[in-house]
Amino acid sequence: MEIPLTIKKLHQDLIDKKYSLVELIDRYLERIEKFDKKINSFITVSSGYAYKKAKELEESMNQLEDKSFKKYPLLGTVVAHKDLFCTKGLRTTAASKVLTDYVPNYSATVVNKLEEAGSIIIGKTNCDAWAHGASGENSDFGLTKNPWNKDYVPGGSSSGSAVSVAANFSMFATGTDTGGSIRQPANFTGVVGFKPTYGAVSRYGVIAMASSLDSIGHFTRTVEDARKIFGVTKGEDLKDGTVKNTEYPKTEARLRIGIPKEYFIEGLDKDVENEVRRCSRIFEKEGIELEEISLPHTKYAISVYYIIQPAEVSSNLARYDGIRYGEKREMFDDEAKRRIMLGTYVLSAGYYDAYYLKAMKVRSKVIEDFEKAFKKVNAILAPVSPTPAFKIGEKVNNPLKMYLADIFTVAANIAGIPGLTIPSGFNSKNLPLGFQLLGPRFSENILFDLGELFEKVTNYKPSIAKLS
Amino acid sequence: MSKITSEEIKHIAKLANLKIGDKEVNKFQKQLSSVLDYVSELEKVDTAKIEPTNQTTGLQNVFRVDKVRKECSLNVKDALSGTEETYNDYFKISAIFDEK
Repeated sequence: MEIPLTIKKLHQDLIDKKYSLVELIDRYLERIEKFDKKINSFITVSSGYAYKKAKELEESMNQLEDKSFKKYPLLGTVVAHKDLFCTKGLRTTAASKVLTDYVPNYSATVVNKLEEAGSIIIGKTNCDAWAHGASGENSDFGLTKNPWNKDYVPGGSSSGSAVSVAANFSMFATGTDTGGSIRQPANFTGVVGFKPTYGAVSRYGVIAMASSLDSIGHFTRTVEDARKIFGVTKGEDLKDGTVKNTEYPKTEARLRIGIPKEYFIEGLDKDVENEVRRCSRIFEKEGIELEEISLPHTKYAISVYYIIQPAEVSSNLARYDGIRYGEKREMFDDEAKRRIMLGTYVLSAGYYDAYYLKAMKVRSKVIEDFEKAFKKVNAILAPVSPTPAFKIGEKVNNPLKMYLADIFTVAANIAGIPGLTIPSGFNSKNLPLGFQLLGPRFSENILFDLGELFEKVTNYKPSIAKLS
Repeated sequence: MSKITSEEIKHIAKLANLKIGDKEVNKFQKQLSSVLDYVSELEKVDTAKIEPTNQTTGLQNVFRVDKVRKECSLNVKDALSGTEETYNDYFKISAIFDEK
């Protein structure tokens, strides 16, 4: 049997009784066993958990028959959770030695919702420790490699989740996007990456990085699947006060896409630029008007982010005291220490106004830019990162250089708006290329519609990295 | 804005309950200074009449019914399951005050 690449194909196969869910789990585990040693996308593989759930679902399917898909919209979809998502009874490490042996007593809301919808957890994925990083190299459990070219990073921080989808170790994977940690690794590994509006998906039970920026999203191979999964994960749970049930407007008949001139700066890789321009013309051919727009405070977004984010990090990581669970604070990696100290510094008396308050004010300016732009256009199309995946080791010794890899993604987090990364091709080094779409708050339908249109007119077929 | 000094590094490490060695002080001083240098570009933005944004939802005072929900609470056994030392169903910790 061949592992299906989309939820639609999986469900057709299950209707046709081509294989059982247990057989499907066998195939995924075989692949992980055979190929993951070299790319290291998993911290924990949960085969026992997966078989148990597969058998439960099979029993349920025997009873419900064709009603199964109504009860379980994600029936049989194998999911890998970023190791920041608490999973009851299954070790959750945040890729940090501090939580090496931490086994949560409860699951994240998103984990529960996905299980109730019929998904099967196959394991917990590697990431930059505490989601601090843009390359997947900053894990206490070893770096993750890009399956398309193993000399290159997969991006981060949700490195293992992106790789798990690109390498066909799972149907989809969850991630967190605080400054680009879903969109950038999706772009580097050639999969669809979705960051919802802040306040659309509950953060409960997901180890917090920066609470005013963290968004809970996912990696898939098609936009259609990203939409399906969002249909399950979104909505109130009464455990996260920032999440409200809300209306998601429908797409208008006539659409305009803005191309922000500030995203085409010096240092932008030529292949990346050409690909983004080529993709924008594909939309134009479909009758969508393109308009050059300006987001003048984009250049300050990184600075705003590297004040607000460490400030919130220092507060969130204060709870790891090694008393109630986890190891002592000595076990924090250097990057966590840097962010805790930077955050403590910018929040301390005497520096608060100069750094933190100033950053919150410039945050307002970044938001204002987007609000002005969205009066003229329905969505924005832009590069995801200044370059395709970079080489392993290239930026590890220079924190500031690593931070700048987030330059095109952080603004969406600062403004709390949704983003969707779409793969579109490869460069000469077999590294994936693509673009991101950004929209106003709760404009997910528009982003998904545009993404599906793109996949349709380009006759997009998901591809899997060839592994040996 | 001035660069961060090694004294300040030691001070904030203490505030954050992090133990760092002398060699690390130099390394972090250099690295944090370069980040602070970079972010000081914000001085150039005129924010005289701008209100700060601390969150993007626009929601204020989100209330729920004041009722214990079982699914949101841990029992004592579960709450203590992550710690090595307990005493009479409490977490056992090192003394904080050393004087009587």
